[in-house]
Amino acid sequence: MMEWTSFDTWIVVTGMLSAMACALLGNYLVLRRMSMMGDAISHAVLPGLAIAFIVTGSRGSLPMLVGAILIGIVTAFLVQGIFRLSGLDRGASMGVIFTTLFALGLILIRQAADHVDLDPSCVLYGAIELTPLDTYLVGGFEIPQAAVTNGAMLLFNLLFVVAFYKELKITSFDPALATTLGINADLLHYVLMTLVAATTIAAFESVGSILVIAMLIVPGAAAHLLTDRLGVMLGLSLVFAALAALLGHVGAITVPTWFGFRDTSTAGMMAVMTGVLFLLVFLFAPRYGVLSRVIQQARLALKIVGDDILGLLYRFQEMAATGTAPMHAGDFREALKQNWPVRMALWRLSRRRWVRRVENGFILTDEGLRQGRGIIRSHRLWESFLCGKMGYCETDVHTPAHHLEHFTDEKMQSRLEDAADRPGQDPHQRAIPPAS
Amino acid sequence: MAAQAQANRQSSSARVHALTEDQRRRLPLAIQDLTVAYHRKPVLWDVDLAIPEGRLIAVVGPNGAGKSTLIKAALGLIPRASGRVTIYGQPYEKQRRLVGYVPQRESVDWDFPVNALDVVAMGLYGRIGWFRPVARAHRRRALEELEKVGMAPYAQRQISQLSGGQQQRVFLARALAQDADLYFMDEPFAGVDVATERAIIALLKELKAAGKTCVVVHHDLQTVPTYFDHVVLLNMRVVEAGPVDTVFTEENLKKTYGGKLTLLSQALFEYSKDPRLPSGTRGGGAL
Repeated sequence: MMEWTSFDTWIVVTGMLSAMACALLGNYLVLRRMSMMGDAISHAVLPGLAIAFIVTGSRGSLPMLVGAILIGIVTAFLVQGIFRLSGLDRGASMGVIFTTLFALGLILIRQAADHVDLDPSCVLYGAIELTPLDTYLVGGFEIPQAAVTNGAMLLFNLLFVVAFYKELKITSFDPALATTLGINADLLHYVLMTLVAATTIAAFESVGSILVIAMLIVPGAAAHLLTDRLGVMLGLSLVFAALAALLGHVGAITVPTWFGFRDTSTAGMMAVMTGVLFLLVFLFAPRYGVLSRVIQQARLALKIVGDDILGLLYRFQEMAATGTAPMHAGDFREALKQNWPVRMALWRLSRRRWVRRVENGFILTDEGLRQGRGIIRSHRLWESFLCGKMGYCETDVHTPAHHLEHFTDEKMQSRLEDAADRPGQDPHQRAIPPAS
Repeated sequence: MAAQAQANRQSSSARVHALTEDQRRRLPLAIQDLTVAYHRKPVLWDVDLAIPEGRLIAVVGPNGAGKSTLIKAALGLIPRASGRVTIYGQPYEKQRRLVGYVPQRESVDWDFPVNALDVVAMGLYGRIGWFRPVARAHRRRALEELEKVGMAPYAQRQISQLSGGQQQRVFLARALAQDADLYFMDEPFAGVDVATERAIIALLKELKAAGKTCVVVHHDLQTVPTYFDHVVLLNMRVVEAGPVDTVFTEENLKKTYGGKLTLLSQALFEYSKDPRLPSGTRGGGAL
């Protein structure tokens, strides 16, 4: 087990602040279906950064921030301009702009690296492990410069989102209406993009220009799967971001040691953790998660198999002379051509006391008989209606009726009965059971 | 007949040009020489229109005739190549409060994390102003508007869980919240259920009774005479505009739709002229 020092605390705090600052704005990129814009801007700020280095010769936060903001605005305008004038889609125009600017930035950095202390890999991947070395004295405390920058950025973004909450909401949801109301959707778009650029730069030192994309997009995307309320989504994304930073650092210093390796990059692990959190949400989210959908589908499938079993038992009881051996599980599996679903449905029906197990077979209970009668009534009413009123007769009438019987309640049965002119028998001359 | 229609068109165009500022102030919408182009391809060409107050006006025309473009250009959502648009005598920018807008349902992302009440409250944003949150009073007002379209029970529903017709009614409630004098509606009847269609018609009648003006992009020729008093026949240019009784003729429709007026739509048109149909909102009055 690694030892936890104040160093680690500051790494986590810095990571949390930068991740949260990114995630907050990232929500709006996700909602505006402009996730690629985060990608574009975080890459495109590179030349701004390089130019700021070359011009001032320092790595100070202020020139970097100014450079990033300027280039961020330029990027947003260029993308919008190419999108409007060329007829390319937004994704393609972003692709053209950000790769070109990124490449330009790389060239400039290689040139600048000869003159100033600047490491391209630092820009790409960040150096969060080194951030606690560079401190400010704030109110008697030594606070890492990166924590101050990112904290300020988070605070600023929070103020922006709170102050313009309804404007951001309406311009994201319905920019046309916003414009007619006099809320300038274009202006707000550029302000948002500028802030994304600034936030990206602030987060550069901690997570680098590539991993910052994960911080921008993934927490918001995960939060959107969990809620239908914008405010809750913003809050959840902040929680995910903070959690990813914490788990990322803890993971980076512990997980590799389990396998006998040295600790690994915290920034990398933070991005991995956002991915892991997203995967968990994607699988287990109550409404939009994969698991809940699978469960819902399985429930529906079981209900249908259960209905079929009740129908079979009802028909069997209707035809069989007294004293005939009851149907056993194998008969159901053969008739329905399914194995495990039938077993599970039989178990479910027994538990509900709709069928009862007797020696080598199953029979309907009173309640099961009522349920089975309902299903057969639906089936035969549908057959009568489909044949009598819609011209679906004889050979092909069974299948549609078989599908519809599972979704027909008593009210619909009685309407159907009227619509089919109250038939006593279905097209195969079998009695339609009365309503119970 | 054709010569007369031509004269009609010229006179209607001349009328917009000859409007005094005083007359303009009384017109909810006056459009003069409006031309709109996408990528140098003209979509609307020399449109002249004077929309009278307190009427329900249908804008009809074939696909690509520029119906939505007309509305968007009037609202300043797309740049115009030329032309002058006035709302009660003033440019749109000065009259925002007087105008309500119902965009096409497909124009927004229905998965957005908001409920029906939030969407309706958006109609109040112009009034609430910058830096001020949506207060309880605003929410109450939004709920009242939802009630008017029979959607109050769904106020807390996330909007993707509403049916198409219900979504349309939420949009209408939002427009009502704007409390405007002139409403632009882009295909509000497209793909809605019967209950919603009835709700929209009832609403249009109420708005008309309250002296409001509604300009509605409409695609169903059959219902034009029953739902609307005025009609604008559009196909890049204004083919004809005026009261349904005089303008909505087979000849004018043929001119508007060209070869595209199929046998089916002709049949529907004949049906729409059936005197047994309820006269509905059909109203008189000259343009």
